[in-house]
Amino acid sequence: MKIKTLTLAAAITVGLVGAAEARDQIRVVGSSTVFPFSTAVAEQFGKSTRFSTPVVESTGTGGGMKLFCSGVGEDHPDVTNASRRMKKSEFEACTTNGIDITEVKVGFDGIVIANAKRGPDLNLSLEQIFLALATEIPQGGKLVANPNKMWSDIDPSLPAQKIEVLGPPPTSGTRDAFVEIAMEGGCKTLAGAADLGLKKKACHAVREDGVYIEAGENDNLIVQKLEANPAAYGIFGFSFLDQNADKLKGATVDGTVPAFEEIAAGNYPVSRSLFFYVKQQHVGVIPGIQEFVTEFTSEDAWGPDGYLIDKGLIPLPDTDRAAMAKQAQGLQPLSM
Amino acid sequence: MTDPTIDQPITRKPDFSATHLRKRYRAEARFKFYGVAAIFAALAMLAILLGSIISTGSSAFTQTEIALDIKLDAAKIDPDGTRDPESLARANYRTIVRDAMRAQFPEVSGRRDLRKLYKLVSTGSDFTLRQIVEADPALIGTTQTIWFKSSADLDQLNKGAIPRDVPEGDRRVNDAQITWFDALSDDGRTRRSFNTTFFTSGDSREPEQAGVWGAVVGTMLTLFVTLVLSFPIGVMSAVYLEEFAPKNRWTDLIEVNINNLAAVPSIVFGLLGLAVFLNFFGLPRSAPLVGGLVLALMTLPTVIIAGRAALQSVPPSIREAALGVGASPLQTVSHHVLPLAMPGILTGTIIGMARALGETAPLLMIGMVAFIVDIPRGFTDAATVLPVQVFLWADAPERAFVERTSAAIMVLLAFLILMNLAAVLLRRKFERRW
Repeated sequence: MKIKTLTLAAAITVGLVGAAEARDQIRVVGSSTVFPFSTAVAEQFGKSTRFSTPVVESTGTGGGMKLFCSGVGEDHPDVTNASRRMKKSEFEACTTNGIDITEVKVGFDGIVIANAKRGPDLNLSLEQIFLALATEIPQGGKLVANPNKMWSDIDPSLPAQKIEVLGPPPTSGTRDAFVEIAMEGGCKTLAGAADLGLKKKACHAVREDGVYIEAGENDNLIVQKLEANPAAYGIFGFSFLDQNADKLKGATVDGTVPAFEEIAAGNYPVSRSLFFYVKQQHVGVIPGIQEFVTEFTSEDAWGPDGYLIDKGLIPLPDTDRAAMAKQAQGLQPLSM
Repeated sequence: MTDPTIDQPITRKPDFSATHLRKRYRAEARFKFYGVAAIFAALAMLAILLGSIISTGSSAFTQTEIALDIKLDAAKIDPDGTRDPESLARANYRTIVRDAMRAQFPEVSGRRDLRKLYKLVSTGSDFTLRQIVEADPALIGTTQTIWFKSSADLDQLNKGAIPRDVPEGDRRVNDAQITWFDALSDDGRTRRSFNTTFFTSGDSREPEQAGVWGAVVGTMLTLFVTLVLSFPIGVMSAVYLEEFAPKNRWTDLIEVNINNLAAVPSIVFGLLGLAVFLNFFGLPRSAPLVGGLVLALMTLPTVIIAGRAALQSVPPSIREAALGVGASPLQTVSHHVLPLAMPGILTGTIIGMARALGETAPLLMIGMVAFIVDIPRGFTDAATVLPVQVFLWADAPERAFVERTSAAIMVLLAFLILMNLAAVLLRRKFERRW
């Protein structure tokens, strides 16, 4: 009995001591939007080099920043992914903890409004998106609770069909980007909105009267629901439209179809940039970071024929990409 | 003197009439029917759930493969002729596979078309070939017919998940690829074989190379830590509280707290794990050790409550008899009460473990919701668990992950059934009747 207890105690101690040994795996945290690309690079990197495959966590952009900026040392991640640029407050948090950062912009991601193939075609402007989904809209010189029930209430040219939109909940980065680009964009050009105090953050309020349905973070689920209900529209990332082009079609926004070429050329209005950030203090300490950055920014990965494009990444224009690769591989420090 | 106004006590005579009796029988029949209907409703739900999972998931257990005649040219693989493993590993297998595809379809030319052609086989084909050559260097210099996994898109086409009858622009495979694939099929160069990769490899971004083994090993490691911690601690707590502790305000307080803890949402334990195990003790992120610790905290209240209930159900006569023949309290508990309570304790433990098996929320906080390719080799390696794997695949855009998600759920259910089976067998072994 005593011997058993001793062995158990020894086993636990060994386990705990073993934990303290140096880390030889790169650790990546951050945005779930960049996750598919980051993991693809990690896998390729693990297969083609002598380093072990990096561990990629999907923590969301904000959560990733918090972990990334919490300090230097092997308990803290080496790279964080982001579906938006690092905020000034986050940069300051990093600087306070003695972290120098290299910023790498990897490409674009489009956010689409799509419905089932057998549903009607939709031609929207950003203004109409705002009018369809905002909590309050200007009407007759004052703000009223959004009265629009049918698409045709907004504009007679739109289909006479109930507005029913499935989209991500407020915790999602896709939602953040959508309200920031589409809703705020529509609000900005809407006549009389700014005078009524509808600007910036005030435009971000999405209606909660059952017209906009929070369908969870899982975009595949939205795709399935759209298939079952041709009257509904869904909001999600371009890669899901790309993968399900046989079932869904994207709504035209401001006259531009959500297609690969249009997003890459910057014509499609609802698109955002994707980034990752590297902790310079860890380069040379955790093996392989420099090589990981080189792999991510190689033409084989993020070029127009690269494997990330197959995963749904929309590449930077050629000149930007070359400049960004040089900057990333030289680990140029970020300043704000 | 009598009071004529006083009431006779009302005697209720039982109603033996045939109508009343029929009513009573009907009520009973209805009640039985409700019970049976409830069971059937539950069974129907289960059947729908299992049916939908199995019907979408079972196709993931097979994988489309394509045979290519590979010329293992010695000049390309091992120019020095040394058969040195280092130089074998360095050879460019990708071009060898691509040359074979071009030889199969000599009419294809142009960069765009060739790219489409190369996409027929999985991007992992060069690694497959490398493994074959490394395992048997004697093959160098010969021409071999080797089966490669097809790419996930063609696999989906072959399984009918990607329709052929939609316009070319609307599907992931174009007309040329379909023609090539059909030509290969007519030639007997395609087959659907059992998908061993799914059971032997870790996660991958390429659906055809993704497997659950990494998650299964991670689950086993995590649950082992959970069991080793929660079972002895839980049983000891239950035995002390039930058999030895005095009944006073302190033990009441502890009891109330344990009952409350059993109902605490699991994410709270994750936050606790983050604060205590990662930030204070500095244990590694994503490790099964930490996952097991967190899940053990979550499981403990369940084990203690079930353990106490099991101990309570042991008849007092057993204790009294043991004490009466001169056993010490320790002997009473360890020789008589505990063995008799063991089946109940095991049931409680298994319920707790089954709950732990299904958790993802607390693991999110400690970094086990992650993309991990390498199979974990120990308690401190980065690992993930089966429900997390299901969650990650459910969120992946690639069409082929839909069937793999359902297949992973089937593996998870099989794991659960095995665990429950073990519990039932153990129960049988220890079961006593009195």
